[in-house]
Amino acid sequence: MSETLAELVRGLAAGQYSSVELVDASLGRIRRHADLNAFITVDEEAARAAAAAADQARAAGATGLLLGVPFAHKDIFCTAGMRTTCASRMLAGFVAPYDATVVARLRAHGAVTMGKTNMDEFAMGSSNETSYFGPVRNPWDRARVPGGSSGGSAAAVAAGLVPAATGTDTGGSIRQPAAFCGITGLKPSYGRVSRYGLIAFASSLDQAGPMARSAEDCAYVLAAMAGFDERDATASERPVDDYVGALSGDLAGLRIGVVREHFGAGLDGAIGSAILAALAEFERLGATLVDVSLPNSAASLPCYYVLAPAEASSNLARYDGVRYGYRATGYRDLEDMYKKTRGEGFGAEVKRRIMIGTYALSSGYYDAYYLKALKLRRLVADDFAAAFAQCDLIAGPTAPTTAFALGAKMDDPVSMYMNDIYTIPVNLAGLPALSMPAGFVGGLPVGLQLVGRYLDEARLLRAAHRYQQATDWHRRVPPLS
Amino acid sequence: MEWETVIGLEVHAQLSTRSKIFSGAPTAYGAPPNQQANEIDIALPGVLPVLNREAVRMAVRFGLAVDATINHHSVFARKNYFYPDLPKGYQISQYELPIVERGRLAVDLDGEARTIGITRAHLEEDAGKSLHDAVDGMTGVDLNRAGTPLLEIVSEPDMRSSAEAVAYLKTLHTLVRYLEICDGNMQEGSFRCDANVSVRPRGDSRLGTRTELKNINSFRFVERAIDYEVRRQIAVLETGGVIRQETRLYDADRDETRPMRSKEEANDYRYFPDPDLPPLMLTDAFVQDVRTNMPELPAAKRERFCATYGLSRYDAALLTATRELASYYESVVADGGLDPKLVANWVSGELLAHLNSAGLDLAATRVSAAGLAGLLRRIADNTISGKIAKEVFEAMWADGADADRVIAARGLVQITDDSAIESLIDEVMAAHARQVAQYRSGEEKVFGFFVGQVMKASRGKANPAKVNDILRRKLAP
Repeated sequence: MSETLAELVRGLAAGQYSSVELVDASLGRIRRHADLNAFITVDEEAARAAAAAADQARAAGATGLLLGVPFAHKDIFCTAGMRTTCASRMLAGFVAPYDATVVARLRAHGAVTMGKTNMDEFAMGSSNETSYFGPVRNPWDRARVPGGSSGGSAAAVAAGLVPAATGTDTGGSIRQPAAFCGITGLKPSYGRVSRYGLIAFASSLDQAGPMARSAEDCAYVLAAMAGFDERDATASERPVDDYVGALSGDLAGLRIGVVREHFGAGLDGAIGSAILAALAEFERLGATLVDVSLPNSAASLPCYYVLAPAEASSNLARYDGVRYGYRATGYRDLEDMYKKTRGEGFGAEVKRRIMIGTYALSSGYYDAYYLKALKLRRLVADDFAAAFAQCDLIAGPTAPTTAFALGAKMDDPVSMYMNDIYTIPVNLAGLPALSMPAGFVGGLPVGLQLVGRYLDEARLLRAAHRYQQATDWHRRVPPLS
Repeated sequence: MEWETVIGLEVHAQLSTRSKIFSGAPTAYGAPPNQQANEIDIALPGVLPVLNREAVRMAVRFGLAVDATINHHSVFARKNYFYPDLPKGYQISQYELPIVERGRLAVDLDGEARTIGITRAHLEEDAGKSLHDAVDGMTGVDLNRAGTPLLEIVSEPDMRSSAEAVAYLKTLHTLVRYLEICDGNMQEGSFRCDANVSVRPRGDSRLGTRTELKNINSFRFVERAIDYEVRRQIAVLETGGVIRQETRLYDADRDETRPMRSKEEANDYRYFPDPDLPPLMLTDAFVQDVRTNMPELPAAKRERFCATYGLSRYDAALLTATRELASYYESVVADGGLDPKLVANWVSGELLAHLNSAGLDLAATRVSAAGLAGLLRRIADNTISGKIAKEVFEAMWADGADADRVIAARGLVQITDDSAIESLIDEVMAAHARQVAQYRSGEEKVFGFFVGQVMKASRGKANPAKVNDILRRKLAP
C-alpha cells in the first residue's frame, strides 16, 4: 500500500476498490510486518465490520471525507470498547467508556479504526523504547529506532500498514518519528485540536495531529480532527481554515526564515546539506529565504524538562490503583499500596520524569525551577514572534541526526533528550509545525521541519504540498518484503 | 494573666449549582454511592475539566454582597496530594489569585455592631468520601460529592470570642441562603466550618500560635469547640507549655478537641496553575449583570422592615432571618392590608412557636400566608378578638381549615352588639354587688376583675373594647 491517503480517498470514491478490500490489505500487511511491533492492539473484526458499513454507506450515497479509509490511533487516545494502554503496564487492561474527541471526529468522517499503535510509555521518550509492549522497529532499518513517542504510528505509515494515523506531540513526538521514518507529520497549534480523551502527559504542550505520507494527506486528516470542542477549555474557538482547499496556490512571495542557530554544532553535516538543498528547492518554487534568529532556543531544553515533567507529575497522580488500572498485590496499607502500584506500574523513564517534576514543584524549589521555566517559555515564544515579523514560515532540520540504533541512547537520557532540540521550542511557543522527508543520509530519511504562525496550518500545508509536488522524497518507501 | 482570644473562620459553602464545578454530573445529595460521578469526576484517563459558569456567577454574587474586590483575572491551581477520595491526585482550587478578595461582613453581637474582614473567597472542588463501614473489612470510596463546587470563605482573625464567631457564622449562613448560592444545610455538609484559634496576653499585638479546629458541623459545636480549645491553650501556656501549630478534630460526644494523626513530613501540596484551565477572565458586563440581579440583602431588608413597617429592630431582625420568612411576612401584610405590627406579632409569635414545636421548616407550614392573612383580617374587622384568634389558629394548624370556616363552625363570631354586651354586664354587676361598691368607692383596680368576668360570661366572644367602654359607663357612680 504505497498510495497516499488522498489517492485512496479518490480511488474509493471512483469505485476502484472497496473499503473492505483496503482494510483486508491493511490487515494483511499489519500481520506480515508484525515484527515491527507498530501496533499494541488490532481489532480485525471491528475493522472489517466498519469497512463493510462504510461500503454500504457509500452505496447509499454517503460521502465522508475519510469514508472507508483504514486508519490507526496512537494508543494514547481513548477508544470506547477498545483498550487504551498508553503503552504502560499501568493501563495494560484499561478500556475507556468513551471516545476521545479526535477518535469520534475521525470516525464521524468515516475513517476505519484498525487498532492502536505503539508508543513510548505515556508519550515519554524519543525512541519508542520505553513502551511496556516493547520497542518499535524502524521500517528503513530494523536495528534502528522509529523515533518517539509516536513511533508506532510513524512506522505503521512508513511501512504502508495504514495510510495515516494519529500522533501526539509534546516536544516533538509527531515530528521526530515522522523524520526518522520518512513520513509527513503535523503538530497543529496548541488548542487547534481537542485534547479531550487524549491521555495527558504535559497538558500545556500536548497536541494531537496527523501522521501520513504527504502534506495533502495531513490536510485531509487535520480537516477531520480540528476545531473547537466544548469539553476542552484550552481549545481555540477560532474557525478552522479549509486545509484541503488551501493546498492549491503557489509560493510566490513566501518568506522562509532560516534559523542561524540550527546549523551550529550538534547537527549532522550531511543532514545540514540535505536541508540546504531543500531550502534551495523552495527558492526555485518562488520563496525567498530570510535569516532569522531564535537566541533563546538553547534554553528550550532545560525549560521543557522542568515544565513537562512538572505537569506530568501531577497528571499521572491519578494512576494510584484505587479506581482502575494496575494495582499491586501484597501491600500492607494504603501508602504501601500506592508505592507498590506506582513502583511496579510505571517504567523507568516515567518514574524519572515524575521525580524530576515533583522536585521542580516542591516548596523551596518552585521559584528556581518551575517559575523560571515559565519565564524562559515566554522568552522562547517572544523569539518566534520577532522572527515571524520577518518571515512567514521557519524552516530547518527536524532532528540533529537520522534514526539511531536501538539501545544506543537508553543509558544516556540527556543525549536522548537532545533529539528534540529543534522541535521543543515550537511546543513551548504553541505554534504549528510539520516534518516532511527531504532527503536521505546513509539510506535513512532526513526530516525538514516547517514552523508556522499560530493557527496558520493552511500556509504550512501549502508550502509542504508544493515542495512535495516538486520532489519525490515522500514517495520513497522502505524496502520491505 | 489576662488572655485574649483570636479567631478566624474558614467556611466551605457548597454552591447550589445543578451540575458539578468541572463536569456535567448532577450535585443532588443522597444518591447511592458513585451514581453521580461521571468519567470526569472519577478522573479516567484523558478527561478534562470545564468550568461551570453558574458557580462563577455565585462566587461573584457573594463577593458583591460582602463589598469585596472581584478579581477580573483569577487562576485555578492544582493542590497535589494522594488520598483515595481525591480521584485526580490533586484538587483544583484557587490559590494565589482567588476570584474574591478583601470583603467585610457587618455582624450584630448582642446589639453591638462589629465588622469582620473577609480575606478571600475562592472556588474549588469538593472531594469524595471514604466509607469505612460500607464494605466489609475494606474502605469504600463514594465519589458522588467529588467535584461539587465549593466557595471557601476565609475571614480575617477578627473575632475575639466564640460568641462573636457564632454571630459571624450565623450572619454568613443567612447571607449565603439569601443569595441563593448555598442551601446552608450543615447536617449534609453544605455549610462547613473550620476555626483557627489562638490566644495571647491581652494587649499583645502579635498573634499567638494557632490551631485549626476541624469537623464542627453546628453553630453550637462551633461555640463549644472554640471554648474548649481556648481553655486548653490557656492551660498549656499558664503551665509553661507551648502551643503546637496543628490541626485538631472536635469530638462533640466528648466535647473536646484532639490532634489529628499527623504525617511525619509536612504536607507539600506543590501548587501550580492548572494547565487544563485558562485563567478565569471576567468581563465588566458579566460582573455588572450579576450586580443588577442581586437579591435584597439581609441588612437592607432589615432596614426596610423598620422603615416601611415601623417594626422594632428586634422584630425586623427576627422576621428577616431568612428570605422565606421575610417573604411570608410581607405577603401576609400585603394580602390583608393589615397592620404590620399585628402581623409581626403573629408571625414571630404563633407561627414560629408552632413551627418550632412541630420541628417544621417554614416551607412545611400548616398555615399559609394567605391563611394567616384571612385570620388576621377577622381580628381587624372585629369579627373575633385576638384571644379567640389564637383558638382559631390552633384549629387551622390542626386541620388546615381556613379561618372563616373555623369561626363559623365553632360560633366564635365576636359579640359587638351593645345591648348584648350591656345585658352581660348587667348580669355580672348584679352577681357582684360587693365589687361594684368597691369600685364606686374608689378602688379602681377591680375594673379588671369585671372585664374578666364579662369576657368569661361571653366565653371570650365579647368585643373587649366595647366591654371596656360600656363597663366604665355603667360602673360610674
